Amino acid sequence: MPKIIRINMSDLSVRTEETPAEWAGLGGRALTSTIVAAEVPPTCHALGPSNKLVFAPGLLSGTAAGNAGRMSAGAKSPLTGTIKESNAGGTCGRMLGRLDIKAIIIEGQPKAADTWYRIGISGESVVIEPETETVGMNNFAVLESVARRYGEDKGVITLGSAGENLMLISNISTRDPEGKLRSFGRGGLGAVMGSKKIKFITIDQEGTRPVALVDPAAFKAANMVFSKALKDHPVSGQGLPTYGTAVLVNILHEIGGLPTRNFTSGQCDHHDMISGEHMYETIVARGGEPTHGCSLGCIIQCSQVYNDKDGKYLTSGFEYETIWAYGADCLINNLDLIAECDNVMDDLGVDSIETPVMFGVAMEAGLLKFGDGTEVLRMLREEIGKATPLGRILGGGTAMVGKTYGVARVPVVKGQAIPAYDPRSVKGIGVTYATTTQGADHTAGYAVATNVLNVGGKVDPLSNVGQVELSRNLQIATAAIDSTGLCLFIAFPALDIAECLPAAVDMLNARFGTKLTMDDVVGLGKTVLKLEHEFNLKAGIGPEQDRLPEFFELEAIAPHNVKWDMDQKELETFWNF
Amino acid sequence: MQITIKLFANFRENRFKEARRDYPSGTTIGDVATGLEIEHGLIGMIFVHGRAAELDRELQDGDVLALFPLLGGG
Repeated sequence: MPKIIRINMSDLSVRTEETPAEWAGLGGRALTSTIVAAEVPPTCHALGPSNKLVFAPGLLSGTAAGNAGRMSAGAKSPLTGTIKESNAGGTCGRMLGRLDIKAIIIEGQPKAADTWYRIGISGESVVIEPETETVGMNNFAVLESVARRYGEDKGVITLGSAGENLMLISNISTRDPEGKLRSFGRGGLGAVMGSKKIKFITIDQEGTRPVALVDPAAFKAANMVFSKALKDHPVSGQGLPTYGTAVLVNILHEIGGLPTRNFTSGQCDHHDMISGEHMYETIVARGGEPTHGCSLGCIIQCSQVYNDKDGKYLTSGFEYETIWAYGADCLINNLDLIAECDNVMDDLGVDSIETPVMFGVAMEAGLLKFGDGTEVLRMLREEIGKATPLGRILGGGTAMVGKTYGVARVPVVKGQAIPAYDPRSVKGIGVTYATTTQGADHTAGYAVATNVLNVGGKVDPLSNVGQVELSRNLQIATAAIDSTGLCLFIAFPALDIAECLPAAVDMLNARFGTKLTMDDVVGLGKTVLKLEHEFNLKAGIGPEQDRLPEFFELEAIAPHNVKWDMDQKELETFWNF
Repeated sequence: MQITIKLFANFRENRFKEARRDYPSGTTIGDVATGLEIEHGLIGMIFVHGRAAELDRELQDGDVLALFPLLGGG
């Protein structure tokens, strides 16, 4: 029987509960959002005792399903004020699946302001103990301390100094199979964990067992079809493993959708120096790994290990959004400097989208010069890392810096930074930014696929026609995928190869003995979106906030000379389902 | 007529990043791809001046043509 672990930080108590029947068919985002919506008062302060931090592996976590290594974290976001789900790879989701733990709910808040805690979870017990050694440490040092004290094989969920300092740009990090970091990146969830005074959580894989499958033969057969689709599709089988997500730099530059110099142009002159093609050549020349997974069982392997010019590890999981934001939005034309920024951000535990987009606004404010990567590194280490007064302003994120310095061009929706696709030239993704329950988030409904990449059909990126429907369908499908533990990149084969998604549904049925259809899975996605939306409405975040910042309507962007001109009434039809 | 051709990802292997070449009028994008020995079925995205185009489109003097295999990310 799957368990719910409920940890109360107010009285340092632990309860192990049976999973209620209505949560039995949920996992990942569906479960974190259901629990947050049911148990967190929408109007609470996100850093107060009423907020809860929920971790949930997906429905397929711990099985042999390909690319099922994602785990969700949920809470009310201190950055956006909305409900938040953020998911990451790493080793914990698989372990929780194999411990038959459905969710970890962390609630309350210790009274003593100066005591930090660690939590240790195993198949037998949950311990909460005061923690001193790692307090003030950043993530890589925490991982070393945990490995020395508790062994190399633990799953780890950790906070860097930014989370300890309750910064809105802070993330929650988790150990990957190689002992590096993956992140529950967006929405300031690190601050929520920090507000509960938890420095790290370990998960012990002793006592884990193979996940019981109702029909192992059917599961194996479905997984073969599913894995074959992932290998056969050119995006998941060739493009991503070779070039990583940074292959998008040249594509977005070419179509004029690469936001540059704080969203004032759609093209960047030095695009080739920050491109996936250039990164691939650099990695190979320096003996790094262009093809690498963020979790066990990953078939796509979009990650990579990027070495410095002396062949020493510099960073891994070096993503398009990070490279775009520093490379084009902040105009830093040096991939090595960007890789170093990525590594420092991993160590501090800050969101690698929110942070560089914030720097773009700080550059516009004149705090530092566009292109000055050395000063970015100094500010990361010396200001944000040491929580100086300036570091706290920067650590408040893009909207905070814009307000503090009187900048009008602030690319955020619901307080969260807009990622790497300009909504004026990729209008479908603009609908997603405006309407998603999460604050600006490209992954919530990746219309770039159909607007630009010709995956899942074609919808003209410069026309408003069909974009609301496209974004809605993608957001529903994404909410369902985020509930399974499957990586969102399975959507590329799923949108083009007919057998792919039915095979995933067959795996769910073989795992649980259910008779779910594709319609049921779509229904799950709709239910998740609606309950998230309801939470936001009750939190006071209504349709007037389902919009893009005004500057997108006022300023045309090169090269296509286009503005954001989607009718607000049409945008509001998004929720008609 | 002069056409600027930009190639990306593995289309660059044994070819080039960017080249300006002379073509007779009436040349289509498909003709250019064939001349470069790029299998049409492997082409995922075609842009002319940053706008999506199809293989049967006739190019004009001064066009900038970008050819990508099918790629994704996010």
